[in-house]
Amino acid sequence: MDKLNLALAFLGAGLGAGLAIIGAGAGIGRLAASAMDGIARQPQAAGLIQTAMIVSAALIEGATLFALVICIILAFK
Amino acid sequence: MSGAETEVAGQAAEKAQEGYNAGEQILHHILDSNRIEIPATGVVIHLPRIEIAGYDFSITRNIVMMWIAAAVLLGIAALAARRAKDPVPKGLRGFFEMLILFVRDEIARKNIPQHADRYVGYLLSTFFFILSCNLLGLVPGFGTPTSGISVTAGLAIMAFSMVQVSGMRVYGVVGHFRNLLPHGLPAWLIPIMLPVEILGMFTKPFALCVRLFANMTAGHVVILSLISLIFIMKTVFMAAVSVPFALFIYLLELLVAVLQAYIFTMLTSLFIGMAVHPSH
Repeated sequence: MDKLNLALAFLGAGLGAGLAIIGAGAGIGRLAASAMDGIARQPQAAGLIQTAMIVSAALIEGATLFALVICIILAFK
Repeated sequence: MSGAETEVAGQAAEKAQEGYNAGEQILHHILDSNRIEIPATGVVIHLPRIEIAGYDFSITRNIVMMWIAAAVLLGIAALAARRAKDPVPKGLRGFFEMLILFVRDEIARKNIPQHADRYVGYLLSTFFFILSCNLLGLVPGFGTPTSGISVTAGLAIMAFSMVQVSGMRVYGVVGHFRNLLPHGLPAWLIPIMLPVEILGMFTKPFALCVRLFANMTAGHVVILSLISLIFIMKTVFMAAVSVPFALFIYLLELLVAVLQAYIFTMLTSLFIGMAVHPSH
């Protein structure tokens, strides 16, 4: 029974990490697409848009890494 | 990077008979410990264990790394401030002034509507300390203090205190908490809004803490895993794949180190701005 719990914990950690990265990839992909559109429309705003894009990407990564931390806790307990 | 590789190689050679346990090696590099191991020489410094009233106040590796980061920062800042009276900044001082002005103008003054200059000192300290702690972890042989959750929790507690103190300074203790609810809110919404806002007050610094911790730890774990792959596969040709990959992740970590310092400082200033001048 204990081995079953361990196996399920590892399974949960793997699935959780995969789902989290799907969320991050989709979110940051949309973000990058909007940033490209914005730069294409107004090339002189490229600097501002790029800065905002990097900051938003870091915040979305932050949310992803919350999920990752929980997966790591699961995998190592 | 070379420090991590030599350490992993050394310990793997020790335990050659037992096989290579990747998880254990990675954890050993990530977690705090009571010893400092200097990589290439095999010298191990045991740090003192200090217990005060049952609480563990011993000096650990993270604490020594924080001291080193602070000392390096002080040294470089002292070098940069050498000729502060010159009207035209050059070289190191120019670089420092660029960063300081960036924090003051883009971070403090943009987000805090009034009396922004009061908080610039704290925001500068946060930014430079987190920056030097993050960058210290990328030097071979040193560790990242900010990849321990206790360190980032301490930084988040400081940020939380600054936000509360800044709000209470302007509006008084009761007024600061009354600011949680917007003006003209219908009475039936208060039981919903109040717990949400109070919870938000605590989750925002918590998010700061976990974000910094997870970003720093994740980078190191990826690099260590890639290098550990060489030992798991037990072939040197794996290195031709692993090392360039690890180098790429290393450069990405450099970007993440600077970015996370900026994000922590910017979010702290945003929260202070929200406490000092609630937009609703």
